[in-house]
Amino acid sequence: MTSIEEKFEESKKLGLQIVKESEEDRLMTLSVGPQHPGSGHFRFVIKVDGDYIVFCDPDPGYVHRGEEKMSEYRNIIQNIPHLERPVIHDSTNITYSYSLAVEELIGAQVPRRGQFIRAIASELNRQVYTLYWLAIYGIFLGHSTMFMWPTGDRELLIDLLEALTGARVTHAYNIPGGVRNDMPEGFKDRCLNQIRYLQKRFKEYEDIFYNNPLFRQRTEGVAILTKEDAIKLGVTGSVLRASNVPFDVRKAEPYDIYNEIDFKVQYMKTGDCFARSYVPLLDMQESCYILEQLLDKIPSSGEVRAKLQPNPKGPPGEAYRRVESGRGALGYYIVSDGTPKPYRVKISVGSFRNMLALPHLLIGKRLADMPAVYWSLNYWPVEADR
Amino acid sequence: MSANNGEELNEGAVSTSTKDSSSPTASGSIRQTPQQDHQPPKLSSSLDINNPTKASQPPTKGAAAAASTTGASTKPVAATPPAKKEPEPPPFEKGLVEGIKNKFGDAVKVLFIKPLRIKIQVDPQNMVGVASFLRDSIGFDHAESVAGTDYPKDNQIEVIYHLGSYSREDLAPHILWLTTRTNRDDARLPTLINVYKSVEYHERECYEMLGVYFEGHPRNERFLLPEDWADIPPLRRDFRIKGR
Repeated sequence: MTSIEEKFEESKKLGLQIVKESEEDRLMTLSVGPQHPGSGHFRFVIKVDGDYIVFCDPDPGYVHRGEEKMSEYRNIIQNIPHLERPVIHDSTNITYSYSLAVEELIGAQVPRRGQFIRAIASELNRQVYTLYWLAIYGIFLGHSTMFMWPTGDRELLIDLLEALTGARVTHAYNIPGGVRNDMPEGFKDRCLNQIRYLQKRFKEYEDIFYNNPLFRQRTEGVAILTKEDAIKLGVTGSVLRASNVPFDVRKAEPYDIYNEIDFKVQYMKTGDCFARSYVPLLDMQESCYILEQLLDKIPSSGEVRAKLQPNPKGPPGEAYRRVESGRGALGYYIVSDGTPKPYRVKISVGSFRNMLALPHLLIGKRLADMPAVYWSLNYWPVEADR
Repeated sequence: MSANNGEELNEGAVSTSTKDSSSPTASGSIRQTPQQDHQPPKLSSSLDINNPTKASQPPTKGAAAAASTTGASTKPVAATPPAKKEPEPPPFEKGLVEGIKNKFGDAVKVLFIKPLRIKIQVDPQNMVGVASFLRDSIGFDHAESVAGTDYPKDNQIEVIYHLGSYSREDLAPHILWLTTRTNRDDARLPTLINVYKSVEYHERECYEMLGVYFEGHPRNERFLLPEDWADIPPLRRDFRIKGR
C-alpha cells in the first residue's frame, strides 16, 4: 500500500529518523572460509543481493608454504618430500612431473619397468584423490552415503599404495631416474582384484549418487561453463573436459609409456555442474582400464631406476614438463644453473588455474548453488597456494 | 541414465595411441611404437624432448662432465644459444617460428627450438603485439603459467609465459615460452590480461612474488602472501629464508 517514499515522508512527520536504503546497504557481504568446512583452507568473499551472488573475490594463501622458494635451498633429490606436500592425496603425480623435468635437465633415462611402475602408481593415486574429492563433494551436497562409500573404497587403494611404496599418503615414490623400489610379490593380482571391485562400485555410485533426483536437480544446468569461456580462462582437467574440450596431457603429450596405452579421453558436452562432477568418475573408469593394460604389459623383471650420481646435476638449462594429475595438467618449470640445487622451480598447478573460473561461474547464481559450483571445480586449496 | 551413454559421450573422443604414431603432426615423430621385447626403448619420451641424440644410452660420468663444462661458461638462462651443437630443429616447430619471424622480424629473438618447446624473447613494448599474433594467427589460446626468474647478475627479471593451445589439436603438445626481461630496480611490464584472460592470477602472483608491476593489470596487489607482509618480494634471489 505504501511505497518506501511514502513511509519516509510519514516518518518525517512523526519526527522519526529513517535512513533511506542505498544500493550498498542492500548487499550483504559473506566471507566463506578459511575456517568454513565447505571451502577447505580457502576464503572467498561474496556479496549477495537477496540470495543472488553479485560479487566474488577469491582470497587464497592461507596455506601458502613457499614451496618454490624452499626448492632453491635443497638439491634435486632433497626436494621430493616437501614438493609432494601441496597435494598429499595425489603425491605421486605432483612428483611425477618434477621427476620428468629433472630427468630432462640431468639427462637420465628411466628403465622400462620403472616407467610402468610409475604409471601404475600415478593411476592409483589419481583415483585416491578423485575418491577423496567425491566424498567431500557428496557430503557438501548433503549426501552422507556418498561421503562414506568413496572414503571406504579409497582405503583399499591406500593399502595397495602402502604395499607398493611403504607409506599411506605421502609416498615420495617417484624420484628422478625412476621409482624408489620395486613392486612387491603378488601386487599384480591384488591390484587386479581391487580394480574389479572398484568397477563394480562405480556402477553403484551412479545409482545412488549420480542418478539421485536431488543431486541432478542441484547440478544439472547449473553454472554452465561454455567451451569458449573454458578455453579463454585456461582451465584444465575435468573442468575443461566437462566443457567439451577433450584435452588430456596423457594423450596430448604422452610421457613415459602412455603412448603405448590405449585409452579414450573422457569428456562431456554440457559444461554444467553435473558434467564437471561426472567426468572424474568417467576418468576413474578409464583409469581402471589403463591399469589393466599396465599390469598386463609390465616387463616381468628389470631395473626400476637409473643409477644417478650421488649429487645429480646437469648442464645449465631449463625444462617445462607436465603430467595429468587428478586436477588437470600439472607442470614444473625448472631452471638449472649447473649446480645440484635448482635455480628456480615454478609449479603450475591445476587448482590455481581453475580458481579463475570460480568468480566467473558464481556471479549471478544463487547462494544455494555455491557449494555445488565450488566443489565441482575440483579445487584443492593447498595445491593452489603451494 | 541417458547422459551416461558411453557412445554418446565418447563420440568425438581423441583417437587411440596406435593411430597417433602414424599421425602427420610433429608430435607423432617422437612417439614410439609399442615395443615387442623388454629392451629399453631407443627413444624415451622423457628424454628425446630434450636431446634425441644422447637419449639412446644412459649418460656416463664423462659425458655429463663434458656437458657441464661446455655449458659452464654460460649463465643459467643465457640470452645466447648454448655452446654445444644443437640437433636440427623439428620441421613443425621450425615452421611455427618462421611464421612468427616473418611477421615481426628482428623484434622476436628465438632462444631455442626443441621438439614441442619453443622459447622466444620479445622486448616489453612488443609483448602485447606478439601475444595477440600468437593467439589470433597461430592458435596459442591460453597461458598455463607465468613464471618469473630473478637474475641479479644481469640486474634483470625474466618473465616467462608458458602458452598452450586447446583449440588446435596439432598444437596441443606444444608449449611456447614467450619471455621478456625487465630491469630489476624498476620492474615494469605491460600486462597481457587483455590478450590472455588466463594470466590474471598468474600475473598477480608474479607481482607479489617478484615485484614486477604489470601496467594495466587491474589488481597489482597481495594474493598468496600474508596481509602484513613487509619484506621484499620473496622469490627475488636476495631474499633469504631465516636460518639458511
